Amino acid sequence: MSLLDVTDLSVAAGGVDRVRGLSFSLSADERLGLIGESGSGKSLTALAITGLLPEGLTVRGSVRLDGTEVVGAPERALVPLRGHVASVVFQEPLTSLDPLMRLGSQLAEPLRRHQGLRGAPLRAAVLDALREVSLPEPERIAKAYPHEISGGQRQRVAIAMALACRPKLLIADEPTTALDVTVQAEILDLLDRLVAGRGMALLFISHDLAVVARETSRVLVLRNGEAVEAGPLADLLAAPRHLYTAELVASAAALDAALEVS
Amino acid sequence: MTAPILELDQVSFAYRGGVPAVSGISFAVEGGRNVGLVGESGAGKTTLLRLLLGLATPSSGRVLFDGAPLDVRDRARMRQFRRSVQTVFQDPYSSLDPRQNVGRIVAEPLRSLGIARGADAAAQVAEALASVGLPADAASRYPHEFSGGQRQRIAIARAIVPGPRLLLADEPVSALDVTTRIQVMDLLAELGRSRGLTVLMVSHDLSVVAALCQRMVVLQGGRVVEQGETTAVLGAPREDYTRRLIDAVPRLPA
Repeated sequence: MSLLDVTDLSVAAGGVDRVRGLSFSLSADERLGLIGESGSGKSLTALAITGLLPEGLTVRGSVRLDGTEVVGAPERALVPLRGHVASVVFQEPLTSLDPLMRLGSQLAEPLRRHQGLRGAPLRAAVLDALREVSLPEPERIAKAYPHEISGGQRQRVAIAMALACRPKLLIADEPTTALDVTVQAEILDLLDRLVAGRGMALLFISHDLAVVARETSRVLVLRNGEAVEAGPLADLLAAPRHLYTAELVASAAALDAALEVS
Repeated sequence: MTAPILELDQVSFAYRGGVPAVSGISFAVEGGRNVGLVGESGAGKTTLLRLLLGLATPSSGRVLFDGAPLDVRDRARMRQFRRSVQTVFQDPYSSLDPRQNVGRIVAEPLRSLGIARGADAAAQVAEALASVGLPADAASRYPHEFSGGQRQRIAIARAIVPGPRLLLADEPVSALDVTTRIQVMDLLAELGRSRGLTVLMVSHDLSVVAALCQRMVVLQGGRVVEQGETTAVLGAPREDYTRRLIDAVPRLPA
């Protein structure tokens, strides 16, 4: 059985399908890259998988997450899935961090709730979690508020929070788009190392083909809410079957070529 | 030899009561040679752009336009400067007034610089819209009717309508999808060929700079780390930071 089975998923807003008839699956230690430009429906797909879609959007089809149907499920059935089964890292780490709470306390919350830790062991677990995402001076970071650390450090804390309940699936939605290029490289390495180390499944969402290539070798290309092409990244780069994929590959290759100085 | 269009000579600037945002910056933009200012957050890119536009005055050093210092009190010369140096910003959503139609938006520099009005202005607007690849009827429509890439074309049309020699472009393609990005980059290159327009571009994206700029200046923490011909800097970076920046750019697997 797959960890994640998406079957004929559609998400509609105001009677218009923003995601249409999407199907894919992911097994326990597998990685998949979801590639698409603005309006392709990639973020809606991530939200639909975790049952986090805003009100006013209607979902059809099926999302089975570790055997539980997400579409149409009541909120109380979804709570145990979030964090334990699937966690999301968003583009903007401030989305998932409370600006008024020290980072250590925020990170302690899922550890307390899900692992039942209290007192000294809880404090130790918080520092361990910060160390695991390669944050220097974890004691200082734990006492800091989100605005007191850099964007790259915030994204590391957001990753630590996403991983706190040992999820089986990590969904990373443009996790490095807001970051400087040198910081992006570090975060991509970190994600790769953590996912491999923990044997998690990874759904990596990005508009950037070259970034996706750092994390996964299997991809699905979305355009206007529909899958246009799926398969091994190497095949897609070498011989794109869809015109749009070809355009995407050519654009990325043109940017690459500009950097090649003979 | 003609003077560079724009030149910074040992420029430093500190915001009130703060540490210097940029220190000892020197580089020149010569006609026909696009320059890319590259750096990460906090490198001083935005501050430099403000200095280059005359929106801030250096704490020390000089900003030279056509070889002479830029003086915001000299109104005739500032008008000459505004006519010669135009700007395009990163976000084509916030840089266009949603309540004005595209014709009025693009005609704005003609009005404010007293270059043309009425039918004359309309003809120049039509010409500018055509050279950025927008349909003639775009003038009567509003920004929200256009995609991100088209909006950036509108912003470029507004910038080129007074016939500038230099375009200051602040991350002009960063907000665009990659396929659109290439098209807008092609447009900027084409405007260089057809109108002799030189571009000074601020960007965090090395590949965009590599594709469009003959020269590049690498900034870090408010200082110039390295500058030179783009091919030379990319091919044989002299500084560690430049090398790290180049290595960090994600690329397609070979």
